[in-house]
Amino acid sequence: MDSALRERVGQVLLPGDEFCCDTDGVISLSDTVRPEKVLCGPGLRRSGDRLLVCKSGVLRHKEPNVFWIDSQQWRYVPVKGETVIGVVAAKSGDVFKVDFGGSEQASLTYLSFEGATKRNRPNVQVGDLVFAQFIVANKDMEPELTCMDSSGRANGMGVFGGGGLLFRVSLGLVRRLLSPGSELRSDLEKLLPCELVVGMNGRVWTRAADVQKTLVLANLLQSCDTMSCSQRRQLFSRVRQGAL
Amino acid sequence: MDRDSVKLSKNLLRMKFMQRGLDEETKKQLEEEEKRIISDEHWYLDVPELKSTESQIIEVDSFVPCEDLIYGRMSFRGFSPDVEKLMKMNGKGEEEEKKEEEEESRMKTDVTDEEMALRYESLVESMKKKFVRKRERSSLDDTNRKRVFVKPQD
Repeated sequence: MDSALRERVGQVLLPGDEFCCDTDGVISLSDTVRPEKVLCGPGLRRSGDRLLVCKSGVLRHKEPNVFWIDSQQWRYVPVKGETVIGVVAAKSGDVFKVDFGGSEQASLTYLSFEGATKRNRPNVQVGDLVFAQFIVANKDMEPELTCMDSSGRANGMGVFGGGGLLFRVSLGLVRRLLSPGSELRSDLEKLLPCELVVGMNGRVWTRAADVQKTLVLANLLQSCDTMSCSQRRQLFSRVRQGAL
Repeated sequence: MDRDSVKLSKNLLRMKFMQRGLDEETKKQLEEEEKRIISDEHWYLDVPELKSTESQIIEVDSFVPCEDLIYGRMSFRGFSPDVEKLMKMNGKGEEEEKKEEEEESRMKTDVTDEEMALRYESLVESMKKKFVRKRERSSLDDTNRKRVFVKPQD
């Protein structure tokens, strides 16, 4: 299985492609080493002993044994542990309903903010933006968000916003923004002083010194979705010289 | 023989206060019957045995551990000091871990065997002193001569 996957790294795979376990019933006596475990990320699915591809994209590999499909998509499916930008849609008793762009609204209890107690409720209004993390996310249950990390600290999560702009980009661009050593990020850093909040659900919030710069930044980021690296460099340098 | 014709019911015989008067044979018979009833009523699922083979595939749902994605809040060129502090803290955590690991691997070769031997050599001496009795200690000490006051020369 491992070697079969390694062979296809960098190639385009389509849903329905499958990898089979190469245990063909022959147990070699000399080779007692057990086969390596394979960690399959998004786009790959286990079905019995087989590994099925369920998204189209390029197969990626990280040492030692992580494989996943690098795909372009706009639809967000919540995953436990991921951080997203949500909009508070309703306030009903103890829970807020948060729209995060998924198929269902997530719930967020008022106690899951830093420093919140039964008496000291957090000041959250309908329409506020929250940066929150999924603690429950599976296909059978309502997703649940929290604005605290495991040690009870906000750690940058919670209500934010004011003077910024929220917009949507593809999930691929979000990953490009967040990947370690990202060129896009270092290019942005050279461009202008600004603040960014990036949710794994494809929502990005930006704020710069004034409204005009914020708008320029938002437009630039949105157009990055469909630009190559050199095109982006060109555009950024033009912006640096002219518009700003 | 009139007494024999009167038969007590099985259920009555099974009761606790009737057990004493029963003879061996009927007791055994009753017990067997009871066992049979229990084994008849015991049910089990008629399914093939579950194969509990350990899977070689572990599923991960998120891109975050695959691509080592960073935390989603960032600020550039001092626009928002709070966020920048947070970024530094998050980034530092990873860097520090790396540094510590490096240091540890360096430390392993830091103390050579010779250095260690030298250190233990002096340790042996001082530990020996600790375990001798007071009287013997003086005999140990007399290797170094008694100190006398030496008049300083001027």
